[in-house]
Amino acid sequence: MTTERPPVLSVRGLSVRFLLPGGRRVAAVTDAHFDVAPGECLALIGESGCGKSVLASALLGLLPANAQTAGSALLGGLDLLTADERTLARTVRGRRIGLIPQSPAAHLTPVRTIRSQLEETVAQLTGVRGRTALRTAAEQAAERAGFPPGHLDRHPHELSGGLAQRAATALALVGEAPLLLADEPTTGLDRDLVDRTVDELRRHVDADGDRALLMITHDLAAAERVADRVAVMYAGRIVELTEASAFFGTPGPRHPYSRGLLEALPDRSFTPIPGLPPELGALPDGCAFAPRCDRATDTCTTLPPFTGSVACHHPAPAPTPEDIRA
Amino acid sequence: MLELRAITAGYDRQAPAVRDATLTVTPGESVGLLGPSGCGKSTLARVAALLHRPDAGEVVLDGTPVHRWRHRAPRELRTAVGVVFQQPRLSADPRLRLADLIAEPLRATGRRSSVPDRVAELAETVGLTPDLLTRRPHEVSDGQLQRACLARALVLRPRWLICDEMTAMLDASTTAALVGVVEAYRTSTGAGLLAVGHDRALLNRWCDRTADWKTVTGW
Repeated sequence: MTTERPPVLSVRGLSVRFLLPGGRRVAAVTDAHFDVAPGECLALIGESGCGKSVLASALLGLLPANAQTAGSALLGGLDLLTADERTLARTVRGRRIGLIPQSPAAHLTPVRTIRSQLEETVAQLTGVRGRTALRTAAEQAAERAGFPPGHLDRHPHELSGGLAQRAATALALVGEAPLLLADEPTTGLDRDLVDRTVDELRRHVDADGDRALLMITHDLAAAERVADRVAVMYAGRIVELTEASAFFGTPGPRHPYSRGLLEALPDRSFTPIPGLPPELGALPDGCAFAPRCDRATDTCTTLPPFTGSVACHHPAPAPTPEDIRA
Repeated sequence: MLELRAITAGYDRQAPAVRDATLTVTPGESVGLLGPSGCGKSTLARVAALLHRPDAGEVVLDGTPVHRWRHRAPRELRTAVGVVFQQPRLSADPRLRLADLIAEPLRATGRRSSVPDRVAELAETVGLTPDLLTRRPHEVSDGQLQRACLARALVLRPRWLICDEMTAMLDASTTAALVGVVEAYRTSTGAGLLAVGHDRALLNRWCDRTADWKTVTGW
């Protein structure tokens, strides 16, 4: 497969801390390790507030001034965590990482039409010049994301959430970036549109086999549809990283948190995981999930190392060779 | 009964977002309204919540026809309906601590004395810990803020609940938890529910019956 080629993105020991007044520190992301290979889609899933979006901001160099980062995130030969703003602004955002944002309504410029924003993006990121050529290129960009041409002359507030999302997706695809970073791309869309949006993202990954997609989402159905591998984040740590087929099919997730998340789906048992996620400013020393976990024992007061595909003292059994064949 | 009769509503009289929509929710019933993005279902939810004046048609709430909308709606009608919106960030005053956010409807209707008890009781119901109640919206996650918005919708003990894509921003576990809170409230009070959404699996699991947008508007 693609294992011979170097990964598009290689994240090693990425941590993000926010320093708050009074010396408080919030551990938003802790020691994240993962690769995204060319032609691969990795879905990063977890509850709201678990640090998923902070991780995306760190990769784009968009963290607020009170954030401290550690570790590395290599994109090609460039470490995104240490690159200066000039490099990020001129060569990374839009060109090497296409961002599909969480809330398109806030991402789009409210005072300009979608057409005007698309044309500006095309002019900035590609060699297209001339009014007619720009107009055509912008319409093609809109079409690629399934944005209806009749709505191009509208302003963002005149669009439904789904159309605003497609406008933002169209903008992200313009630069032909090797890494697509989608931060909750399907929030607020109906199921058909979710399917279309993620299929479209998948198509851009499959098109030349060199591109990779990191999709941050809480929509498990969308993740199941698009992802090759799944990373589950809880309280700032990746607690499970595994093949999507094993995760969503048999034998299922191994971490108790992942299992709880899947069981909460309306087409499964629809029961919530008890309790709330811990405060990222006051994480326990041991396993952060232990207070909500029915498997917790005394050993959970120590931090479980990430072994194999999971960081847990009591994971569900690993798939046996028979499971894998089945 | 919550009756929506031949409602036409929108933001431009030439091109209404909702045309001729008819839907009835009987007391204690939960109805899911299912429609694609941008079909006008949120507009209809706003009409049902007395937040948007329809261009044509009639809303009848427990036998009383509604003639005034938004802040002009009579208090006894307005307080009979609780609303939870899709985006908690946009529906919460960023200056208010979560405890004040939940208590606001009580203060606005002159029930100040019941604030401490009701807020504590509802915080526990929706699963908010006491330390979260002293924070402002920017200091909590979407899921935690939506829990507070649901508590605010329940604080006046409404006979009707309108949930407009209440769980669209939320993860599976928080979704299941908030739906559980709504259902527990309905079981104990017999309140009716109109849940608007696009997730068929969710609405089928949640509601007594699910109405497709096409059948509601006849289009």
